Amino acid sequence: MKKASQLLLTILAIAVFLSACSTGSPATPAEPEPQADGEKTGETLKIGVVSPMSGPGATAGKYITNGVKLIEEKLKAEGGLLVGDTRYPIEFVYEDNEAKEETTTNVYQKLINQDKVIAIVGPDMSKAILAAGPIAQSAGVVAVGTFTTNEAVTQVGDYIFRACFIDPFQGRAAAKYAWDAGYKTAAVIYNNADAYSKGLYENFELAFTELGGKVVEVQAYSGSDIKDYNVQLTKIKAANPEVVFIPNMFTEIPLQVRQARELGITAPFVGGDSMDAPEVAQLAGFENIAGTAYVSAFSPDNPDPVAQEFVKAFNDAYGMNPNSNAVLAYEATLMILESIKNAATIDRKGIRDAMASLKDLHLPSGTITVGPDRNPIKGAAILMYNAEGVPEFVVNVNP
Amino acid sequence: MKIPKHLSKGILPVLGFAAIYGLIMLLKSFGIANNYHIQILMFAGVNIMMTLSLNVVNGFTGQFSIGHAGFMSLGAYGSAIITTLILKPSVIPSSMQIPVFLMSLFIGGLVAALVGFLIGLPTLKLKGDYLAIVTLAFGEIVRAGLRLVEPIGAARGMIGIPTYANLAWIFAFVALTLFVVRNIIYSRYGRAWIAIRDNEIAAEAMGIDTTRYKIISFTFSAFIAGVAGGLYAHVVSFIQPDTFSFVKSSDLLVFLYAGGSGSLTGSIVGALLLTALPEALRFLASWRLVIYALVLIIVMLYRPKGLVGGYELPFLRIRRKELYEGVTESTVQDAEEGE
Amino acid sequence: MTTFFQLLIYGIQLGSVYALLALGYTMVYGIVGMINFAHGDFLMIGALSTVFLTTAFTNTTGTLSVLQVIAIILIAMIGTGLVGVIVEAVAYKPLRDRPRMTALITAVGVSMFLQNFPRALPFIGPNPRPFPRLFPLIQYNIGGVTITSTQLIMLVLSLLLMIILYYVVNKTPLGAQMRAVSMDKDAALLMGININIIISMTFFIGAALASSSGIFYASIYPQVDVYMGGWLGTKSFIAAVLGGIGDIRGAMLGGFILGISEIFATSINSNLGYMIGFIVLILILLFKPAGLLGKFSIEKV
Repeated sequence: MKKASQLLLTILAIAVFLSACSTGSPATPAEPEPQADGEKTGETLKIGVVSPMSGPGATAGKYITNGVKLIEEKLKAEGGLLVGDTRYPIEFVYEDNEAKEETTTNVYQKLINQDKVIAIVGPDMSKAILAAGPIAQSAGVVAVGTFTTNEAVTQVGDYIFRACFIDPFQGRAAAKYAWDAGYKTAAVIYNNADAYSKGLYENFELAFTELGGKVVEVQAYSGSDIKDYNVQLTKIKAANPEVVFIPNMFTEIPLQVRQARELGITAPFVGGDSMDAPEVAQLAGFENIAGTAYVSAFSPDNPDPVAQEFVKAFNDAYGMNPNSNAVLAYEATLMILESIKNAATIDRKGIRDAMASLKDLHLPSGTITVGPDRNPIKGAAILMYNAEGVPEFVVNVNP
Repeated sequence: MKIPKHLSKGILPVLGFAAIYGLIMLLKSFGIANNYHIQILMFAGVNIMMTLSLNVVNGFTGQFSIGHAGFMSLGAYGSAIITTLILKPSVIPSSMQIPVFLMSLFIGGLVAALVGFLIGLPTLKLKGDYLAIVTLAFGEIVRAGLRLVEPIGAARGMIGIPTYANLAWIFAFVALTLFVVRNIIYSRYGRAWIAIRDNEIAAEAMGIDTTRYKIISFTFSAFIAGVAGGLYAHVVSFIQPDTFSFVKSSDLLVFLYAGGSGSLTGSIVGALLLTALPEALRFLASWRLVIYALVLIIVMLYRPKGLVGGYELPFLRIRRKELYEGVTESTVQDAEEGE
Repeated sequence: MTTFFQLLIYGIQLGSVYALLALGYTMVYGIVGMINFAHGDFLMIGALSTVFLTTAFTNTTGTLSVLQVIAIILIAMIGTGLVGVIVEAVAYKPLRDRPRMTALITAVGVSMFLQNFPRALPFIGPNPRPFPRLFPLIQYNIGGVTITSTQLIMLVLSLLLMIILYYVVNKTPLGAQMRAVSMDKDAALLMGININIIISMTFFIGAALASSSGIFYASIYPQVDVYMGGWLGTKSFIAAVLGGIGDIRGAMLGGFILGISEIFATSINSNLGYMIGFIVLILILLFKPAGLLGKFSIEKV
């Protein structure tokens, strides 16, 4: 009897396993009904949104989902996306990739095969999209990385796009800013376990040296869980640089800034797009981070009407200013929606072809055109943290 | 209907495996199962192999290895180096892809086995918790070491591994592993291992060279883990040293003990269920891992022998009577003959 | 030369954190015989609750007085100690007579729960938070080497806690009972010692020490999140084994050795710093298999 009940248990377990695997709802095509003003209603289109909603990158995840939700609410109010004379309701499927590569691959598989999305927004980290991109590529689904600045990302395949600038551009922008500000010597501390950090550092060094500057000290640490940078910063202090470049993740920057100041390093910091999160100033201490400049995809002070409209809408909905993460997620979604409008046929391939030929799309961070390598041709802004930990606009950088 | 024993332990299970595979393929063509499910099954298959490998050392030999992910990573990198850096798809004719793939898995397993042997020699003399901590340290040293090697991507990882592994291969390897492990447990090696597990001092006193058999167990287990790691690399197409950290090792321990150590069926059930559970719980969002943790704690509190409680499926069963018949005479004889 | 001393100071600072955490690990192992993988998460609970306590205190009074800081630390330590007692009663006590691996796996589950449950709560969440400044920061410069008042206070407090613990374990009746249980549980039971109370006390003290370790760690690196304890717990386990698991002085020694070697190794190469703990461990175990101060117990047949 005992053996039989255990056999039953095993069978039950397998049954649970199989049934558990069939979570997720297939797309239900809506029936076309004539609208009051003669519009037709098309089938519901699904767009996947991948972001780190848990784990160390969760702040970014919040901004990303908020950025996309702005569009989602607007579409809901309008009843869907108007393409020609048909309204297509758009359903957004939000998934958490925990800022991990393996989870991103799982999530991509689920969105592509289970939810049958026609395109994917996100993730925001280069290393995550480098790992999962091949899945979207071989399945023929467009994936638009929001903040995936590493060069290699779009080289994965012709279905992989991005909404942001690339690291060579960013590194050059940071180097140019530092040079123009009069700094002739620079030091770098970077994370050699992260493709983004390493790539950005290399591009900065290249550009800064070309401009005539000298990188006097380079220090590395290996991993995001490291909290003690005193050893590396002590060596940097000894080299006496005029500026310190920190192309690292926003969970690492605050401690680096703090420890540097506590060690007595008075040189200003320059960073990349990952500095654009309010937690950075909070965790680093306002007095420590004041005067730090960084390359950003977006400036809330941008007087352009489209930008201001976005800032206002974001503020009204969430009570805070949008940051680069929010903007880029918003723009990636708009890119997809625009591609749906322009597509010859509304399917995965049609969207890809339409996106590859996107031209002069007026977005909050500027007017973009998708280049031949699927990188958007767009500019950036240099922002600087003031004494209250609020980033202020300094200058625009154009490609 | 009485099924002849040699059939029930031989052909039928293989047919059973093939039947399950066929069923899954059928479901896929109907659109009920899709690539997402297939991917989960592939991960589960790799985890089953890893859990079986751990079962050999922890479950049947009674040792305390908690760094097994290190062997997995050696196999993963070993085979990936061959298929991605040396014999890339672009330099070999496509007819050679499968032989290269299989060879790379074998080499990955060999690398892991070799390292397992080298580690085993000095450390298997340690007992209990000290062995555990050394295996943990070993796993982490492998990881930290891999992070230093630039040609394989260092800490950033290796991308673009060709996805040679598909569900059919995983099924085949899992079946093969079950077959081999079950038969080796039934052999003189397995009997020595179980003797060591049950009472090492008594086993030593009866003339079993415990250190030798422990090393064999460790090396054999490392080989399987290496092959599983190679399969894993060719499923996800991207590996990095941090994938194979202590977190992975502790996941494997959970699969093993929650399923039931010393039971091959337990390894299958544990790995299968606990690989699928986090995916199935996705709808719980941020409560997902909390529920998973609670499930784990409850299982260990109320079924401490594991989910299947030591039960074995018929074709995997090793009857203790058969095992211990003549264990004193034959094992001592073997030892005396110096085999 | 000044660099050497500067690094030494950082090493001692980090070492005291590891030592406090290793103490709890080793005590639980010595007295209950289990490796509590969830120990590192007590560190996190201590640090996180201090963040919330400080917010509560500063809301009422503005800045913190010395008395308030002491109160906060004590409340955090006692609170975490109680969490430790509850965890033991719920998850470990039922498994006391079971094979060790069962308790180990349960500990993995407990650790996962302690990390993810606060994370799921909306007012905590997964994001890192800044840790408040509890100790005044004054920099002293002695011969080119910078020492901060924070470091000095922490070092003094850590040593104080270690001395108190040593005294309790070796010179008080409670300590005698704890040592008795660690030597032979059944004999202690026969002598009339209440095993349950002793084990609960052990977990209480261990968790409280872990939480103090968390407060000090967060004072050095003022960034707190729910995952901060896991890796530190593993490192302190290494420190405890290195010094001889089950031995209190061994845990302290192991903690300092680990902290100092880690800082010095990082100055050579950041990857080496990552590995050094394990390398030192293996080296020590090769020559002293029971750890520096450890003794093998004789396996009776």
